[in-house]
Formats: sequence, structure tokens, C-alpha cells
Amino acid sequence: MLITRKVEFSASHTCWNPLLDGATNEAVYGGEANPQGHGHNYVLEVTLEGEPDPVTGMIVDLKDVKQVLEQAIVAPMDHRHLNHEVPPFDRIVPTAENLTMEIWRRLKPRFEATPARLRLVRLFETEDLYVEYEGL
Amino acid sequence: MPQVRVTRRYRFSASHRLHTPALDEARNSAIYGKCNNPYGHGHDYLLEVTIAGEPDAVTGRLAPLQDLDRFVERVILKAVAHRNLNTEVAEFSMLVPTTENLAAVVAARLAEAWPAAFAARAARLEKVRIHETKRNIFEVRVDPAVRSE
Repeated sequence: MLITRKVEFSASHTCWNPLLDGATNEAVYGGEANPQGHGHNYVLEVTLEGEPDPVTGMIVDLKDVKQVLEQAIVAPMDHRHLNHEVPPFDRIVPTAENLTMEIWRRLKPRFEATPARLRLVRLFETEDLYVEYEGL
Repeated sequence: MPQVRVTRRYRFSASHRLHTPALDEARNSAIYGKCNNPYGHGHDYLLEVTIAGEPDAVTGRLAPLQDLDRFVERVILKAVAHRNLNTEVAEFSMLVPTTENLAAVVAARLAEAWPAAFAARAARLEKVRIHETKRNIFEVRVDPAVRSE
């Protein structure tokens, strides 16, 4: 059975790779390349997999899930500038793709102590763009 | 290799009438109900295009979003936005423009044009999802045989 928990955070970023010239950055990232940065209201959906406990009827205690998401994602990222304050985005470009994979990397070990397994991370950068990652 | 899926949403408004010449008036009316209205009706369709693959190591992107947006605009939106699907979109001269059929037509058009536009990139087309209304959503996977890889 799958269970999905949703959480939101707002953060700023700029998508610009110094290894590429200005025109290429513009072509690849469009408005996201503005060096002054801009922000998004990210919506994160985290899908966990497991079987309901026969006694509690729950796959996992959602209070624990809430706490993991708060500690691993919201606290370090909410109202932060990703490029300046959230490694590894001082070194790699904080595209929605890279951010989704980083969120997976941060969450994966946190759920190993719970009865649920991390199955899917879905990150909405805007209402019209989302990225999904199911790990390796 | 890490595989991500990137989904982009687009919106277009179009009209249609559900009616097939293969059936008589009574059967059409019984099957399609209000959607059989001879004057047609329309929807604000929401189109989701999903691509998949490994993000580029340098850019961190599966494909430049501007390229995807221009591609979908050229291949789909220009042909369907503010159109009468029955009379202005070639496939529906012979096919009822249900959203099942619309999703299949959109997927086929995207798949056919994809290799020429995105041959140099690792991204492949994965699926097409169309929300006809908030309550009716149609999804079709793109045929792997016509993927660019």
C-alpha cells in the first residue's frame, strides 16, 4: 500500500552554470538564469510504501513522517537561497531535477528506521512543472 | 543511472462534438448524451506531457524547458487551441474526438515529431495526460517503438 504526505517550502535559486557561456545558460534555463535569483513555492509529495500494521491499522505514524520531512527538508530549505545555503547547490545547479534527486538522497536513509519505504518523490516547482524520482 | 520524470502542464481551449456516422441519431444521443449536442461544446483542456531520462550532468536538466515548450506549442497547441476539433484537426474527420482519442492523437503527433527535435538529447517521451475537466482525466503512455532512443 502507498501513502503520500505533502509538504510545502519556499526557496530562492538561480539556474546558471559557470562552465557554460551566457548565451547557453539563457538557452537552457530561460528566466531561471537571472543571476539575481527568484523563488518558488515548492510543493513536495513524498510517497511511502508498506503494509498497515494489524494492530494500529497504519503503515507508518504520520507524526514521524511529518517530523522527518520537517527536519530533513523544510528546516534546511524553507526561506533559504538554495545556491548559497543548501549544499550541494553551491556546486551543482538547483534545477527542479537536481533538487528532486537531492531530496530523495536526504530522505531515503531517514525512512530506513521506520516500517515504511521511500517509494517516490514528486516535486512541484510551479503548478505547471513537476519532477518525479524513484531513486536507484 | 538516475532516471527522473519531468512533467510540464499546458492549457488549451477547444470545442468538439461527440458523434459517429457509424451509428444512427438515437444511438449517438444515447451514447454521448449532452456531448452529442449538434452545435458542439468546449473544454479548457489541461495537457500534461511527461518526459523521462537522466538529467544532463552539466546543466542538471533533462531538456531545456523552453525547447519543450516551443515543441509542444508547434506540434500540438497551435493545431488545437481555440479550434473546433471535429472540423479543424485532420485526425477527427474520421474519428470521434473523445478525450481518449484526443490523448492518442496528441501522443502520436508528439512521438512522430520528437526524434527530429530531441534526437541529441537523452530525454524520451513517456506519457501524455489530458484533463478534459477537473473530473475526467485521460492518460496514455507513448509507444516505446517510436521513442527517440
